[in-house]
Amino acid sequence: MNTNIKQAEIDISDQYEKMRGEKVNVSYGDKQALFDVDVSIAANKVTALIGPSGCGKSTFLRCLNRMNDTIDICKVTGTITLDNEDIYAPSVDVVELRARVGMVFQKPNPFPKSIFENVAYGPRIHGLANSKADLEEMVVTSLQKAGLFSEVKDRMNEPGTGLSGGQQQRLCIARAIAVQPDVILMDEPCSALDPIATATIETLIDELREKYTIVIVTHSMQQAARVSQNTAFFHLGELVEFGTTDQIFTAPIDQRTQNYITGRIG
Amino acid sequence: MSLLSIFLIVLCIAIAGHFAGRSKALSSANGKASGLHSLPAYYGTYVLSWALFPPMALMALWLVISPSVISNAITSTFPVEVQSLDPAKTSLIYGTVESIADGLRQLNPDQITEVSKDISLLKPLLAENGIALASDGEAYMVTSALTMISTQNTSRLLLSIFVIGISLLCAFYAYRKIEPRFRARNRVERFMLAGLIAASTIAILTTLGIFASMVTETGRFFSSVPPTEFFFGITWDPRFASAGDTGSAGQFGLIPLLAGTLYIALVAMLVAVPIGLYAAIYMAEYASPTLRSIAKPLLEVLAGIPTIVYGFFALVTVGPFLRDISAQIAGIATGDVANFIQAQSVLTAGLVMGIMLIPFVSSLSDDIITQVPGAMRDGSLGIGATRSETVRRVILPAALPGIVGALLLTASRAIGETMIVVLAAGIAARISINPFEPMTTVTVKIVSQLTGDLEFTSPQTLVAFALGMTLFFLTLGLNVYALYIVRKYREQYE
Ligand SMILES: Nc1ncnc2c1ncn2[C@@H]1O[C@H](COP(=O)(O)OP(=O)(O)OP(=O)(O)O)[C@@H](O)[C@H]1O
Ligand SMILES: [Mg+2]
Repeated sequence: MNTNIKQAEIDISDQYEKMRGEKVNVSYGDKQALFDVDVSIAANKVTALIGPSGCGKSTFLRCLNRMNDTIDICKVTGTITLDNEDIYAPSVDVVELRARVGMVFQKPNPFPKSIFENVAYGPRIHGLANSKADLEEMVVTSLQKAGLFSEVKDRMNEPGTGLSGGQQQRLCIARAIAVQPDVILMDEPCSALDPIATATIETLIDELREKYTIVIVTHSMQQAARVSQNTAFFHLGELVEFGTTDQIFTAPIDQRTQNYITGRIG
Repeated sequence: MSLLSIFLIVLCIAIAGHFAGRSKALSSANGKASGLHSLPAYYGTYVLSWALFPPMALMALWLVISPSVISNAITSTFPVEVQSLDPAKTSLIYGTVESIADGLRQLNPDQITEVSKDISLLKPLLAENGIALASDGEAYMVTSALTMISTQNTSRLLLSIFVIGISLLCAFYAYRKIEPRFRARNRVERFMLAGLIAASTIAILTTLGIFASMVTETGRFFSSVPPTEFFFGITWDPRFASAGDTGSAGQFGLIPLLAGTLYIALVAMLVAVPIGLYAAIYMAEYASPTLRSIAKPLLEVLAGIPTIVYGFFALVTVGPFLRDISAQIAGIATGDVANFIQAQSVLTAGLVMGIMLIPFVSSLSDDIITQVPGAMRDGSLGIGATRSETVRRVILPAALPGIVGALLLTASRAIGETMIVVLAAGIAARISINPFEPMTTVTVKIVSQLTGDLEFTSPQTLVAFALGMTLFFLTLGLNVYALYIVRKYREQYE
């Protein structure tokens, strides 16, 4: 089925492989959403997943931290590894996996709690902080990393839902960072935001890459080009092409990729 | 003319107006609906609304006001010494006159003349026509009854003329206004608005009316029993009020009833809240869609079982079971097989009421929990929280205002419940902290004070209103508190 996938293997082989998907098939009930997808996620890089609506980007992203487990009808086969360990192995603790592979969603979804409590949520449930001061420090560093601290430092006890959309999204990123994950998955993190908030988050993603491996789903070609190093193009549940962002955007091998990035497939 | 026929005539005018309006609109636009401001039917509805609603409003108003006008007019025809009697007696006489009037309507003119001459004929004649009089009646009553008949006839005649006339006038007025640019659609909107406002006004006014009558009756009660005795009295012993013996003193202490009410409600809540809430969490967060689709309707059916059925269950099954099991426990512990739980007890009532409330709690809470956005759940699970952590730390806090509201609603139900208590906890008003003994509640006593052959002006009866008011304020307090909680958390979270 995926005989025609052309991978620019040489270009990414020098990068440490943080996660890897092999022959990933996903179906919702009778409907198959992904067909034999092979993707390699390089450490400390931003990998962008692009493709037309309904092609399975979110589905694949959700496989990477097993969020698909929460959907009853969803069946995943194939292998996905994190640091060369199969995350679908029976011995894997899903909760722990999700702590290592955190997720930020399309619509900002702060909890109905104070800003502080939102960020402290992860450290609290995972028991990461040894003392109150420890916890406070974690919250502050996470907020700083998410570039939100200076804006909210005087209102830590106000509800997180009272922030602007862009601030809420950065709060959600801070919340994910606070758990000290290795990988951060982002599903269209900017689609609900205005251009200025989007620019802030893009800068943030670029900074976060130093410490974290990032996988981002986006509908914006420009965004993929701006923030990512590697890009995977999905079409109708297949991985059509995967390579460095430069290569995908300047010299796509597959005709469908070419059509998509030039705007001919919606 | 009967009210029904007046209504039917007005309805015919309105329907005719509808068709006339519609066709006038169409013909004014040369048969092309596109030349009209609104759809043709709107012009019809406009005429119909005018022809129907103002006359109906007039009719309603007339029917509300005319009885009291007529009754004043009739009372003033009574002899002076009758008019100066106390109001209760006068109204009794007025009632007699009303039934005489009813009876006279069925007699022919000859009989009426006879009756006017010889009052002793009145009672037997009316009895022949199926109307039983309490007294023989007096001459002035027949005169008044005749006046009443003629006044009522005039009133009805005027009503018919006015209502039908206004209907015709309004229909004509609306019909005249129709032309292609006339904004019938927007005018119909106003009638809709007026209708909606009228409906809500009726709802509010009836509530206020009920409240006002409660307040006056309660006031009458407190004029014979001091409020301190009622609110702080610890003995409930109203005695009997036989007719004419209004002065007989009873003791109307609220405390035992209030204590019973709150105690039983508390036990019920202790049973219903944890079980109902956990069931709701399971249903909303864990159960598979198939299980949910079966269990949820089942729970809702349970919530619809009449409380008297739970009452049977308490009386026949739970009460005796608790009594027997307590006897056995006592037998094992002390060797003396004496039941320490009585068949009718606070525990039995609370337990069964709690069972009754479980579906109520779980179904309400389930709706509230499922309303928490899925994004919250994903957000929490997506950074590695377990399901129960997510429920405890994110879902429940987010749903808390709603859940508190649901619980307070449940509490009001527990407080207002009567049938289960009568059957399961008895009707003995006692103060006790022992849940194994019978106690009773405010609602049960309201029922028992109002049933039977009682004089309606005695404190023994009026106390029911004071009890009702107390319950009203209790549940009102609960609701206000619920609102306060909901507000408080809204402010914090949204
Ligand atoms: N919960 C679900 N139940 C059933 N089918 C689903 C579910 N989620 C996704 N699908 C189906 O799987 C396919 C891939 O969906 P997915 O959400 O992964 O697409 P996507 O690439 O993220 O699209 P978009 O860009 O619009 O977000 C779609 O055909 C969709 O209808
Ligand atoms: Mg998607």
